[in-house]
Amino acid sequence: MSLLDIKDVKKQFGGLQAVSEVSFAVEKGMIKAVIGPNGAGKTTLFNLISGNLPLTSGAIFFEDKPIHGLQPYQIAQRGISRTFQNIKLFPGMTAVENVMIGRHTRSRAGFLAGMFHLPAARREEREIREKSLALLELLEISQFADVEATSLAFGQQRAVEFARALASEPTILLLDEPAAGLNIYETAEIARLITKIRDQGITVLLVEHDMSLVMDISDEIVVLSFGQKIAEDVPGAIQQNQEVIQIYLGTADA
Amino acid sequence: MKARKFFPILLLLLVLIVVQQLTRLTGTAYYLTQMTMTAYYALLVIGLCLVMGYAGQISLGHAGFFAIGGYTSAVLTTFDLTPLLDKGNSAIGFLTTNGLLAERQSLYGESLLSVNPWLACVAALLLTIIIAFCIGIPVLKLKGHYLAMATLGFGIIIYRVALATEIFGGADGISAVPGFPLLPGIVVSGDFSNRVQNYYIACCLLLLGFLLLQNLIDSRVGRALRAIHGSEEAANAMGVNTARYKLYTFVVSAVFAALAGIFLTHYNGGIGPSEAGIMKSVRYVAIVAIGGMANLWGALTMAAVLNFLSLRGMFGSYDDAVFGVILIIIMLFAPQGLLRRQVWQFFKKSGSDN
Repeated sequence: MSLLDIKDVKKQFGGLQAVSEVSFAVEKGMIKAVIGPNGAGKTTLFNLISGNLPLTSGAIFFEDKPIHGLQPYQIAQRGISRTFQNIKLFPGMTAVENVMIGRHTRSRAGFLAGMFHLPAARREEREIREKSLALLELLEISQFADVEATSLAFGQQRAVEFARALASEPTILLLDEPAAGLNIYETAEIARLITKIRDQGITVLLVEHDMSLVMDISDEIVVLSFGQKIAEDVPGAIQQNQEVIQIYLGTADA
Repeated sequence: MKARKFFPILLLLLVLIVVQQLTRLTGTAYYLTQMTMTAYYALLVIGLCLVMGYAGQISLGHAGFFAIGGYTSAVLTTFDLTPLLDKGNSAIGFLTTNGLLAERQSLYGESLLSVNPWLACVAALLLTIIIAFCIGIPVLKLKGHYLAMATLGFGIIIYRVALATEIFGGADGISAVPGFPLLPGIVVSGDFSNRVQNYYIACCLLLLGFLLLQNLIDSRVGRALRAIHGSEEAANAMGVNTARYKLYTFVVSAVFAALAGIFLTHYNGGIGPSEAGIMKSVRYVAIVAIGGMANLWGALTMAAVLNFLSLRGMFGSYDDAVFGVILIIIMLFAPQGLLRRQVWQFFKKSGSDN
C-alpha cells in the first residue's frame, strides 16, 4: 500500500462540487505535486487531507489507516505536517519559538510538569530548543533564530514555516503553494529547500500553480481542473498532455 | 537563567517585607488588612491573565468561581452538624472519628460541629474543578463575543443562586466563618492579632501562584497557549489539541479564583453575594486589560494598585464606574495595556544608554 491513499474524495460546498471523486496515491520518499488553475480545488483537497475540512464522501488512508474524520491535531500527531498558503506563523514569537511549537507532538510536558518546572520538563525543553535550532540551521536561517518571525522577509518566513512543519519529524509534509508571493530567486531557493527536505527521507506533497517549480522538482504530478483529476503522470508526460495544455493555455476558438 | 527568573520575585518579596515594616514604623498597620485582601484578589487576577492574555480567551464569570470557592468553604465550615450526630448519622460519626470535623464555640458558647477547613477547602476546589469543566467544555467552543456572553451568563447564574438560596444566606451572605488553621499556629483569619501573619500568608500564596503561572508560561504548555492565541488553526495543525488546552487553562484559572475566594472568606470571616456579582468580573477583566493582557507582571501590579485603592475607598461610590471607565479608555487608547513590554524596554534602553 502507498503511504497516503486518497480514494474517491468528494467535497461539496452547497451546490458547488469543489472536489469530485479524486483518487491518487503518494508513495514514500517522493515529491508529488497537485497542480491546476485557480479554483481547481487544490487547497480544498489539502484541507481535506489535513483535517481542516470534513469530507462529503470518500476516504483517506495514511499508512493504511483511515484519517478522514480526525481532528487536525490528531492528523498532525500521526505524522502529517503542513504549511499554509498565506503563511501562518505565530505573531509575537521568535523564529525559534515558532519552530519549537512544531515539536509539540514530539514532547509531552503537561500543565503540572510545566507549573512545577519538573526536571523532566526542563530536560525536554532543552532538547526541543536544540532540535529546533538544528532545523533552522538545516534551512539556512539560523541567524534569524531570535528575531520575531513575522517581521522576517516573506521567503524567510516561508523557511521558518518549513522548519516548524519539519520539527514534528513528519512522515509526510504537505506544502500549500510554497512559492506563493515569492519572486523567481526566492522560488528557486524554496525549490532547493524542498529537494533538501526530500533528501532527508521525508515524503512531500505540494499544491502549486507555479509550473516552473513543480516541473523542476516533482517526481509525479496530479492535475486538477474544476475539482476533477484530469491527469496523473511524471512531469515530462504532463508537459506533453494535450488536455493539460488546453486547461492552462485555453482552447483556440474556431 | 534561573537566577534571572527568581530575582524579580525575591525583589518583590523584599518590597512586601519593606512595606510591612513601613506600616509598623509609621503606625499605619491598618493598611495591612486591605493589602491582604488585595493579595487574594490579585491571585484571581493573575489566573485570569493566563486565560485572557496567554490563551486569548475571555471570561466574564470569574467572580462566579471566586464565589463558588468562598461559599462552599463558608457553608461547610459554618453548617452545624451536631443535630445530625445526635441522630446517630453514621457518616457524620465516621467524619468525626477521622478528625475531619472541627468543633468550636458559637457566639453564645454552644458547642458547634462543622467540617474541618482543610476538608472544606479541598471540597470547594474539587467542586470548582467539576463546575469549571462542565461550563468550560460547551462554552469554550465559542469565540469572541459569544464566549464573553456565555461566561457572563454563568456569572449571573452564580450570583442569582447565591442571592436566592437560603443555605447561602441570601442577600446577607454567610458570616461567622471560622479561621483556617493552615499549620499549628498559622491561621487564616481576620483576628487583629493575626494581621501581620495573615499579610504574609496572603503574600506567600500570591507569590507561589505567580511562580507557578510564570513556570507554566515558560513551558511547552505556555508556548502552545501563545500559539493558540496567535492562530488557532495553525496551532491545531501543529498537533496542539487546542480545545483541551483552552479547557485546562480555564480550569487552572478557575482554581486560582476559587482559592482566592476560600482564603478571603476565611480572612473576612464571611462572604456575600456581591462577591459573585457581574461588576466584580468586569473589574477583574479591566485589571487584566490595563496590565497589558499577556503580561503577568502587569496584571499583578495593576491588581495590587487598583484593588488596594478600591478597598481603601478612594473611588468612593463610583467604584464600579471607575473600572468601567478604565476598561473603555484602555480599549480605546492602549489596547496593549499600560505596562506593556515596550514601555519597559524603552526605560531599559534609555537606562543602558546613559
